[in-house]
Amino acid sequence: MVDITITVNGVDHSLSVPDNTLLSDLLRENLRLTGTHIGCDTSQCGSCTVELNGRAVKSCTLLAAQANNGSVTTIEGLGTPVDLHPMQAAFRDNHALQCGFCTPGMIMTAIEMINDSTEPLTADQIREGLEGNFCRCTGYQNIVKAVLAAQTQLRSA
Amino acid sequence: MTSKTGIGASVVRKEDARFITGTGGYTDDLSLPGQVYCVFVRSPHARAVIKSVDTTDAESAEGVIAVFTGEDLRSDGIGDLPCGWMVKSKDGSDMLAPSHPAIATTNVNYVGDIYAMVIAKTIEEAKNAAELVEADFDILTPVVDVATATTADQIHENVPHNQCYDWELGDSAATEAAFANATHVTSLDIVNNRLIPNAIEPRAALGNHDPASGLYTLYTTSQNPHLERLILAAFVNVAPEAKLHVISPDVGGGFGSKIFVYAEETAVIWATAKVGRPIKWRAERIESFQADAHGRDHVTHAELALSREGDFLGLRVKTIANMGAYLSTFASSVPTYLYGTLLSGQYRTPAIHVEVKSVFTNTAPVDAYRGAGRPEATYVVERLVETAARELGVDPADLRRKNFIQPSDFPYATPVALTYDTGDYEASLERALSLAKYSEFAKRRNESEANGRKRGIGFSCYIEACGLAPSQVALSLGAGVGLFESAEVRVDVTGSVTVMTGTHSHGQGHETTFAQVVSDKLGIPFENVTVVHGDTSKSDYGLGTYGSRSLAVGGSAIATATDKVIAKAKKIAAHMLNSTEEQVSFDDGIFKIPDSNESLSFGEVAFSAYVPGNFPIEELEPGLSEKAFYDPANFTYPAGTHICEVEVDPGTGTTKIESFVAVDDFGTVINPMIVEGQVHGGITQGIGQALLEHGVYDDDGQLLTGSYMDYAMPRADDVPDFIVDTTVTPCTHNPLGAKGCGEAGAIGATAAVMNAITNALDVNELAMPATAETVWRALTGE
Repeated sequence: MVDITITVNGVDHSLSVPDNTLLSDLLRENLRLTGTHIGCDTSQCGSCTVELNGRAVKSCTLLAAQANNGSVTTIEGLGTPVDLHPMQAAFRDNHALQCGFCTPGMIMTAIEMINDSTEPLTADQIREGLEGNFCRCTGYQNIVKAVLAAQTQLRSA
Repeated sequence: MTSKTGIGASVVRKEDARFITGTGGYTDDLSLPGQVYCVFVRSPHARAVIKSVDTTDAESAEGVIAVFTGEDLRSDGIGDLPCGWMVKSKDGSDMLAPSHPAIATTNVNYVGDIYAMVIAKTIEEAKNAAELVEADFDILTPVVDVATATTADQIHENVPHNQCYDWELGDSAATEAAFANATHVTSLDIVNNRLIPNAIEPRAALGNHDPASGLYTLYTTSQNPHLERLILAAFVNVAPEAKLHVISPDVGGGFGSKIFVYAEETAVIWATAKVGRPIKWRAERIESFQADAHGRDHVTHAELALSREGDFLGLRVKTIANMGAYLSTFASSVPTYLYGTLLSGQYRTPAIHVEVKSVFTNTAPVDAYRGAGRPEATYVVERLVETAARELGVDPADLRRKNFIQPSDFPYATPVALTYDTGDYEASLERALSLAKYSEFAKRRNESEANGRKRGIGFSCYIEACGLAPSQVALSLGAGVGLFESAEVRVDVTGSVTVMTGTHSHGQGHETTFAQVVSDKLGIPFENVTVVHGDTSKSDYGLGTYGSRSLAVGGSAIATATDKVIAKAKKIAAHMLNSTEEQVSFDDGIFKIPDSNESLSFGEVAFSAYVPGNFPIEELEPGLSEKAFYDPANFTYPAGTHICEVEVDPGTGTTKIESFVAVDDFGTVINPMIVEGQVHGGITQGIGQALLEHGVYDDDGQLLTGSYMDYAMPRADDVPDFIVDTTVTPCTHNPLGAKGCGEAGAIGATAAVMNAITNALDVNELAMPATAETVWRALTGE
């Protein structure tokens, strides 16, 4: 067992978990934050993407112990239905989701992509930046549209 | 009512609020107190006799609660997984269906076939114990190649030549005569590559059994929970239907792969009573690759006979379709009634004959995947038409125009058993040509050539039969179930409305679209309508979602039930206004009588229905809730034109899609935003088939494409922005005029892409997926 101190969505937690516990399992099973989804277990689909210490990471291939003393933001920590993060609102307004399963990971990746760049991203750069996240429903077009729309808002804020 | 939320408005979706905030409830997000975990032990061999399975070590491993084998299910009376569609061979004999136990007992027949299940307190303990299950296999030579399966070793005892059926449709003699009269025949050998559906949510199941009531509850990733319940109760014998409650909560995509009743949820719901604990299972991605039903996988020889003038005279098609190791739930119908019947396409081809042999191989079962049979039919027809135009030196658009069924021809009976109700194929072609700037293509081609690139353009004028299905037709063709749809429109006391539907939404946005229909018809706020689906205890028996049926069939049921609500409400309003129901008009949520200032809102009438102070109860019942079971009179026939333009780099063989235009006729559109989204997604799957995706087994039956490192899914930078538009000829036989839009993209796109690449390369045949290597080899001959 390993002792972990972790801040998730602004709340501090101290837990003792088996050594091989993945960050995604800690979030989903121990903290019951099920918005972070598991689509492939092998860090290829991107559904499990969360923010760890300011970086978008695939939580299914990170041990929880690697996030010890870290700060994690999951989709649940972004905004609420009545007070959405601009990226969440842009996904809804641009119909950038259908089944919604990949959406939390897409949103976390998209936010980091914008935070990471000092210059406004082009549609092509956004497509490249989303390479690590699969969506089987939308054909990506509306996701790109949503990220462009959110970018405008986030950069003017 | 014309409004921002009514029929025709691009309303943002109700369901998004939970999905964008991470508060959706997919099966794996749910947990029950005391739940334990299940891992399936799967065959590493494509074909083997199970000599013995030793579970002793696994049973004594830490945390293990139980280990079950196929014998445990069999001895408990659990039946085989059935196929729900009987197809008959040419000679009138029934198709041959092998035994398909949820957990194999005597033989394993594909890599991934289950031979044991391990249940433990934690998932880790279950995985560790699964490693300790010892099976002694007698390994046999597998049958992998579909084209030679009929002459290979016999896989199943009761299926000689590995042949499920040898089916035909159409007039063989008339087709032979048409070919005898032809001045030109275009022939193609076509392989429709095996695809692996890959919904991003893996399949999952959570089962529970309440010993006091005897009630089983199964949460699972199903596109049709009622059918799941029916099959598990009536065919598999898990529990009587009344003691089986199936809930299909938020589901993360299906594309057909979640229609079927699979071994895993069958074993889970059975075992939950055995161990007295709720059991959860969630597929790892490798299990999705190995054991979700795959799609397509046809080998075809097809010929089109033409006259000197370019009229289509006849079409002759011979297909071998891969069923995989066992018959999945609807597998038999896909290469027959969903394929052969569509070979007339948009054309007046007077004589068509199709023969389909379906065969078993030691590969994962193959069943419906987005489009199911119709993409394969479109691919055959549209590749032939494009190639014929090339061979004859005529414009491919002109050749299509010349042979289109004309608006004046409807209703049009094809030579392959369907009657198209309406359409305007030239309208969508012309619109697509304009959006694709077809008249300037030659100029663009020259520019590419000047840059050392090869540019090509390709068309696909597809048709599909959707809105599955008229029950009488389906039942007469061998379906085991009717294919109507149910709806209940329940008006609350305060005038808000709850709609129960037998369809299921796993990304299609029904909570929004159906609410638009009901709020529009009742003249009440969109926010006041709540749609409920996916729970067999809440909705009446319905058939779920696939075959682009939800709006055309399910929405029609909802519209019909809503009309019944209005009729009942008029009676109540007449009573309240001291008038007659004939006198009462209803428009935009207001009941009125002529020559009077008196009116009532829908809410006032609803309230009165439940507070019936002075109702004449002999003739007017309290309450305002109505049901409908809508059975369509015909299929619907969405159709359209897709045009793809590509540029190929001859140095590397890399294909880039320069533009993709889709103009579709879906009949009446309720929410254009949602419809566009469906088209985008479908096109991307169609492009995936053409350029990237291929489920490959080696000669030993090992799945070479068992992960996202090997199976190329379309990523964001593999596809362009699409230009999409619609033309509208409303469906003539359902109350909404809707045809369905879910599959069109996947049906039309593949042929358009391959026609564009073969046009760029000036070759007739090219295998899918057209990877850089395939294209480069075609160009260099190496």
